Amino acid sequence: MTDPLNVCLEKKTGIDLPGSPYSVGWTRPQRILLVDNENPLPLDCGATLAPVTVEYETYGKLSRARDNAIFILHALSGDAHAAGWDADWEKYNRPWRKDRPGWWDCSIGPGKAFDTNHYFVVCANILGSCYGTTGPWSLNPHTGKPYGLSFPVVTVDDWVRLQLRLQDYLGIDKLLAIAGGSLGGQQAMSWVINYPERVQSAIIIAASARLGAQGLAFNAVGRQAILNDPCFLDGNYYGSAPPAGGLELARMLGHITYLSADSMEGKFGRRYQNGTKPCFRLNNEFSVESYLEHQGRSFVQRFDANSYLYLTRAMDYFDASAYGGGELAAAFASIEAEMLLISYSSDWLYPPEATRAVAKAIIAGGRPVSYIEIPSAYGHDAFLLETDKNTPLIDSFLKRGNYQ
Amino acid sequence: MKKRKRWDHELIYSLIEPASKVLDLGCGSGDLLARLINEKHATGQAVERNPDRVAEAIRNGVSVYQKDLDQGLPEFKEHSFDYAILEMTLQQLQRPLDTLEEMLRISRFSIVTFPNFNYHAVLNRLLQTGRMPVTPALPYRWHNTPNVHLFTLYDFLDWTETRGVKIAAGYAAASGTGYKPLELPADGTSAEELVFLITSGS
Repeated sequence: MTDPLNVCLEKKTGIDLPGSPYSVGWTRPQRILLVDNENPLPLDCGATLAPVTVEYETYGKLSRARDNAIFILHALSGDAHAAGWDADWEKYNRPWRKDRPGWWDCSIGPGKAFDTNHYFVVCANILGSCYGTTGPWSLNPHTGKPYGLSFPVVTVDDWVRLQLRLQDYLGIDKLLAIAGGSLGGQQAMSWVINYPERVQSAIIIAASARLGAQGLAFNAVGRQAILNDPCFLDGNYYGSAPPAGGLELARMLGHITYLSADSMEGKFGRRYQNGTKPCFRLNNEFSVESYLEHQGRSFVQRFDANSYLYLTRAMDYFDASAYGGGELAAAFASIEAEMLLISYSSDWLYPPEATRAVAKAIIAGGRPVSYIEIPSAYGHDAFLLETDKNTPLIDSFLKRGNYQ
Repeated sequence: MKKRKRWDHELIYSLIEPASKVLDLGCGSGDLLARLINEKHATGQAVERNPDRVAEAIRNGVSVYQKDLDQGLPEFKEHSFDYAILEMTLQQLQRPLDTLEEMLRISRFSIVTFPNFNYHAVLNRLLQTGRMPVTPALPYRWHNTPNVHLFTLYDFLDWTETRGVKIAAGYAAASGTGYKPLELPADGTSAEELVFLITSGS
């Protein structure tokens, strides 16, 4: 069985080992204190936060003119380790990174869509997550204990405000591009709307201007699973057993939304886990059950339940039309970035029509846009799986940005 | 079909003023708009239905929006472009007049090109064989043609008159000869393909 972060393994082309000419090789996470008490981070909720540490990784070389930087924006369960092989997996106790490359390794590396021979690729863990950037698991300086649920409710705009500080820290006036799928695509929307002068182009994949009621509902059930876990202890579980059962359930539910009915049918059908006949038992009978359980269990090894609560809430709140007083076209009227939007035919979490609505808004705002719906059976996960289709689009779009 | 497109490319290219804002509807691989952007400092937007063509257009450095023209173009604002181009596509649309109306609404000038069903070789083929004509400009069989509304030069002229559309320029081409200014009535049957530069009468 494979892990969702390990999707590259599912492809026949296989993974690029550290020595491969197509791999960025061994990587090390970097951590930087970007926010201190002198200069706290203002948040949408009205509070300020300090200190804030950001974990990030970089691949490729920043050009002398500092004009070849691309920010990769990760989604809900992602991290800064977007490509290559983590040399520090033991140092930070991340054994799940031992046998697999970064989550978008199939698209980042020499000769890949984000070609590290040409571009300086940066990926930072988002605020509130649990992979090195400050989040609910971090120590609250006022109490000396982990924040838990005293961590402020953060938004996509808050994440981007923090990413802007990383851009400043790296000395990059204007990013050549920002790129992200799903929740990463929504960060890209926040970037081009809020900081038009800092971004030359944006690649938004399998994302929409907002989550619909159905998406909100799935997130709500996922959170309830965590909140109702007896181990949750109002979020103060850091010294004890984590609410693994709840987080596992939340992940299983999420996974259903990432796949399409067709891809689930193709992958599992009605196959039994053992043999060809029913065993007349209630647990772990069909392949699809066992797959989801595996996904849930491996997720709790690497993710923090509190982070899951905070990040899904940020996802709920995001609505790009809010930047335009409820009008999506008004929201995108002041963007300056060149835009590429990609959707997948079988994605029902962020369906093609929802991505198209963003393209329509950009056109109505008087700006050019590229929008393509890729036929795919993989559902929402297609953005990590359709490498062969994504790569030429991303590659040619980025080159276009270069010669203009 | 593709090779013939190059002829009207040349003509359309010459018709468009430098630094114009161009909307290319049914852009195919986007090479015309790419050329206009690179050589004539045009800005613009392309629209194309076929995802493979959309990918090619992106490769050609064109902003291309995947859409079926028959779904209308309400997201485009009034008079937001200098030129709208519809190349050899009108006869493939379910609602060709709706698209023409959208072009007139969105753009100051519209350039429309189409095959003339009244072309003598087309008519001869029909009369002599009794079967749907297959010619270089109409290279499909009756069962696999994307052309759902074949029409003639006069059908188009009738529409311009009824609709009060002003014809700023008209050009005709026949096999291998390239485009020359439209001459009536001769081109009624000697034009294989036509190019019109039109503008809203009002």
